[in-house]
Amino acid sequence: MTTRFAPGDRVRVRWAHPPGHIRTPYYVRGKTGVIERVCGSFRNPEELAYARDGQPARPLYRVHFDQRTLWPGYQGRAKDGVEVEIFEHWLEPAGAAKEGGT
Amino acid sequence: MSDTGQHSHDHTPRPDQDGPPSYYQAMETAVRELLIERGVVTAEEVRAAVEAMDARGPAQGARVVARAWSDPAFKARLLKDGSAACAELGIDMGPTHLVVVENGEKLHNVIVCTLCSCYPRFLIGLPPDWYKARAYRSRVVREPRAVLGEFGTEIPDDWEVRVHDSTADMRYMVLPRRPEGTEGWSEAQLAGLVTRDCMIGVTLPKAP
Repeated sequence: MTTRFAPGDRVRVRWAHPPGHIRTPYYVRGKTGVIERVCGSFRNPEELAYARDGQPARPLYRVHFDQRTLWPGYQGRAKDGVEVEIFEHWLEPAGAAKEGGT
Repeated sequence: MSDTGQHSHDHTPRPDQDGPPSYYQAMETAVRELLIERGVVTAEEVRAAVEAMDARGPAQGARVVARAWSDPAFKARLLKDGSAACAELGIDMGPTHLVVVENGEKLHNVIVCTLCSCYPRFLIGLPPDWYKARAYRSRVVREPRAVLGEFGTEIPDDWEVRVHDSTADMRYMVLPRRPEGTEGWSEAQLAGLVTRDCMIGVTLPKAP
């Protein structure tokens, strides 16, 4: 499996709203996080949902987001976070700069 | 109640919920009847599969947690590859890719599926209704501390709360911390402390 990202990489979720069966939650679209782990390769659910074969399999990652980057005015600790599984074709490199960090 | 069996308070009949089937109920019935008619499955096989699903409970997950509390090498393997470690205990995870997330001294984990109701059924049974409800799914990612508080779980301010959203192919189980005062306990005793809600992460195991 060839993967574009490795644990620790900063990534941004694409800000996109295509129709269909999408497993990238709205609340992380356009947000920046850090790769927590590579989960493996899985058939693409956006294709499987329409009875196609879902090939080629796509790398799937767990991405860690700081709560404060997701929700303005988050009530909680700065370290609180959410981890979400996101397919590679939804991610782009976010560079090294800290954005609105804590 | 008196000997005559009479009592005075009112019983307002609750209306039966027997409206027309929904779109998906009708589809399920149609597909099931076709499969049976064509001899692909029997009605008995469908019934037995439903019974097996209903029979799954949190006992398997509790066994896994108790083993992890008792055997550090097992715990390390469980955190590295949850499904493989469960297979060691003879637990068939089916196609599930299990990720076990460990609570730390100042780290609390909780699981959700914001998109639907993904849940580690092979380990802890069918999800409770609240897990599938929009209120839990939408709120626990946004205000986890408030939601946990409604379950009676107050997380101290200096702890980190980490929410795990099962959006794709992984399924999650929380590995709670072993309660104080359980030194020398057998795995069976320890498993008795581990509840479904501990493994979802909305509560903590109670110390003996």
